[in-house]
Amino acid sequence: MPLLDVSDLAVTFAPRGRPAVNAVDGVSFQVNAGEVVGLVGESGSGKSVTAMAILGLLPKGKEVQVTGRASLDGTDLLSLDRRRLRDVRGRDVAMVFQDPLSSLNPVVPIGTQVTEVLTRHRGLSGSAARKEAADLLERVGIPDPTRRLRDYPHQLSGGMRQRVLIAIAVACRPRLIIADEPTTALDVTIQAQILDLLSGLVKDSGTSLLLITHDLGVVAGLCDTVNVFYAGRLVETAKRRQLFGAPQHPYTLGLIGSIPRLDTPRGDRLAAIPGSVRDVLPWPTGCAFAPRCALSADECVAGPPALHVVDEGHTHRCVRAGAPS
Amino acid sequence: MSVLTRKADRIDRLADQHGLSLWQEALRRLRRSPPAIIGAVIVVLFVVIALVGPLLVPHDPLSQAWRGEISEARGAFPGPRAENWLGVDHLGRDEFSRLIVGARQTLIVGVVSTLLGLAVGVLIGGIAGAAAGLGGRAGRFLDSFIMRIIDMLLAVPSLLLAVSVAAVLGQSLATVMIAIGLVSVPIFARLLRGAMLAQAESEYVTAAVALGVPQWKIAWSHLLPNSVGPVIVQATLTLATAIIEAAALSFLGLGNADAAIPEWGVMLADAQRYLSVRPEWAIYPSVGIIVIALGFTLLGESMREALDPKLRR
Amino acid sequence: MGRFIARRLMQLVPTLFGLSILLFIWPRQLPGGPETALLGDRGTPEQLVLIRQSLGLDEPLIVQYGKFLERLARFDLGTSISTRRPVLTEFADRFPATVELTVTAMIIAIGLGIPLGYLAARHRGSILDQLSVGWSLLGVCVPIFFLGYVLKAVGAENLGWFPSTGRQDPTIDATHVTGFYVLDGLLTQEWDASLDALWHLVLPGLTLASIPLAAIVRITRASVIEVLGTEHVRTAEAKGLTDAVLRRRHVLRNAMLPVSTTIGLMTGTLLSGAVLTETVFAFAGIGAFLAQAISELDYPVLMGFILFIALIYVLVNLVVDVSYGLIDPRIRVR
Repeated sequence: MPLLDVSDLAVTFAPRGRPAVNAVDGVSFQVNAGEVVGLVGESGSGKSVTAMAILGLLPKGKEVQVTGRASLDGTDLLSLDRRRLRDVRGRDVAMVFQDPLSSLNPVVPIGTQVTEVLTRHRGLSGSAARKEAADLLERVGIPDPTRRLRDYPHQLSGGMRQRVLIAIAVACRPRLIIADEPTTALDVTIQAQILDLLSGLVKDSGTSLLLITHDLGVVAGLCDTVNVFYAGRLVETAKRRQLFGAPQHPYTLGLIGSIPRLDTPRGDRLAAIPGSVRDVLPWPTGCAFAPRCALSADECVAGPPALHVVDEGHTHRCVRAGAPS
Repeated sequence: MSVLTRKADRIDRLADQHGLSLWQEALRRLRRSPPAIIGAVIVVLFVVIALVGPLLVPHDPLSQAWRGEISEARGAFPGPRAENWLGVDHLGRDEFSRLIVGARQTLIVGVVSTLLGLAVGVLIGGIAGAAAGLGGRAGRFLDSFIMRIIDMLLAVPSLLLAVSVAAVLGQSLATVMIAIGLVSVPIFARLLRGAMLAQAESEYVTAAVALGVPQWKIAWSHLLPNSVGPVIVQATLTLATAIIEAAALSFLGLGNADAAIPEWGVMLADAQRYLSVRPEWAIYPSVGIIVIALGFTLLGESMREALDPKLRR
Repeated sequence: MGRFIARRLMQLVPTLFGLSILLFIWPRQLPGGPETALLGDRGTPEQLVLIRQSLGLDEPLIVQYGKFLERLARFDLGTSISTRRPVLTEFADRFPATVELTVTAMIIAIGLGIPLGYLAARHRGSILDQLSVGWSLLGVCVPIFFLGYVLKAVGAENLGWFPSTGRQDPTIDATHVTGFYVLDGLLTQEWDASLDALWHLVLPGLTLASIPLAAIVRITRASVIEVLGTEHVRTAEAKGLTDAVLRRRHVLRNAMLPVSTTIGLMTGTLLSGAVLTETVFAFAGIGAFLAQAISELDYPVLMGFILFIALIYVLVNLVVDVSYGLIDPRIRVR
């Protein structure tokens, strides 16, 4: 049984007086124990909303509707009551967010922000919690951790702040860490360090990692399995080798084609996908990518594209896959 | 940043909501907001009463026609009756007519003092804003000099400022209006300056400077028109506080010494002596003040909300 | 922190300097000049000459200003025209009453305003939210003296629950040590005196609290809504923290920054309101004294009052600033 089993997840935003938007629509994927799974797509494709929905972090109310299942070890997180969900958060599933500055409370010392999860989920308090917090900071590579505990977020560099957030995430030895674009807000030179740190930590402890990114380079270096999002839909799921070796969906092809490579002749322009993610068709009409797709044909807009199984663990939703353009 | 600039900061933040282009969208949102409609209806009603009311009142508000019927010693004052709808006041004048005519006077006090504060505040704030935004080092120096004085004014509690002015100028309606106007000067100045500074940093002003448009022209035709939004909102809210503060000054005996012209604040002050006998003499003008203040406040707050980009989704 | 406070104190110097200039100029603008202002109409020609000499009115302005500062440094605020006692003594006698009143009002306003504003923000759009927003708008529009009369009429005269005027029942044999009647009762263990003084504070306290209450509710609501939308709150939620920790450490603590500023800014309004409230409830504090001074044009008292209030205002804002620095570490570093 997979550790996390998301099936048919849908998130609809229906602000008053505006047409409803299906931010996430019929998304299913799995994360096995110890596995690193990537959610890839352009910004606005529903990756982050998926992650927030799994942990129940979306605003509650009539304007946001979440349906489907997200089972962690057989327990459906989406139907848990608030109190039980709070027990899961931070203890079983931890999250690392994109912007390390705004994700830390500016008026609380970072020590407290680390120890509060230890107190909440591991029952540590006082000096024991501080000791553990210092150890955690040391493990994520923060020098002089005991002194750093008293610092406030603004006194740390961006990379250090993200290390603190990672320390908080691994503090309770969760079984799953969801990292939402953990390196996007950082300098390029620091991005690799943070990714190394993250992958090292999950490998050592056998934690699963759900990595949300728009960067296929990150995926290539880190992920065992990749889920490609387009406009709130999963268009292709594959093992890393399958994805880069034999991409099926035209969108995936476009994404891979737009990665700069060292072996392309100089002067060649990068292949870009024409149009933007806003040019989408409603799903019942057909493939959302059809308006931007070089392969599109009448059959693409004759209804929702069915799931095609290419190989074990490799599926996609394109009726024209492999067709000549 | 000095301790006294805290209030200033808050006003500056309000000033961030700038841009005349917002007004169309704002108007659309105002029309759909119940508080805005209620506020607008109250204000329009009040203005109509103030304009035409005095022409239609049943009696001369100054005539002490029923003086013979009152006996202060026995506390006997004619109450509501066919002739005098709300009875007569302590000098035998028709209460209803006085209230209606008083509405005009109250509106005049509110509007004049607000306009006074607005005019001076906009002048000072406009100079400071233009100087700081466009005038280079000398301009920034002029700006900081002006704003230090403005901050100091902001530090003096409003009632006290009014008392000081009244002490120098003597007791009169003009004093009340000047005093209340003076209180709002620093608020308007701060607000406009902040909004203009925000505009001065925008690209189109940089473009205008690069094109060699004269500075006074940039200030006049770009900075100012695009910064008036928050100032107009504040003026609406200030109308409410001006009316309340005028009442407070009258209550303290700083108001119009010539009580012949009916004005709600003065009527309220007069009514104090008869609170145990005729509490309604205090209640009528008070309710009037509350309702009209509420009208301006609802309108102003709705406008602020409609103009606030942060609240727009 | 010490350096932070020192820096703030340094920044007070220009403000106080400006204020002293204003106070110096003010009586010189009065009709009849400062000497008439200080003596009133009752001054004899000899007294006029005397006061002209002591003020140094025949000397250059700069010397006059120096003498003015010297008197200020000695806390010499002159003599009240109506009571013929030193202004400072008059203030000292009445100050405790005003402090009791304003502190009570502030406790009511903060104690009700912050929870109410928080709840309104947490349940945005609910009936509670709409009521508290509506109430806070109305609160600004009701003249404080009118509210005072209404509360007095209902709470004291109709229901008879509370006393309508004064600070303490004169029939109570109370020993006054500090002039703070509630505190005095506690110090001398005259519990009934303390309780009675407290009882007398309820209606004026509620009256005076109305305006800061409205402001605190609105600011708290607005700033809690803003904080609730920030990413660090989302992080805190993702950590599975309990509601209590989330509220106290990650929402209220951040939301208190603008609220504390507002509380500081309310000082002026509060003191203006105290003048009106004390008049309505015949509460023998500085405010009621000022109202009397206004009607009698008692300039030394008015002047002393302005200086006094300005000082309090500046000090309270200093305290607010320091508390701001305590809450927000980023301010301290700047």
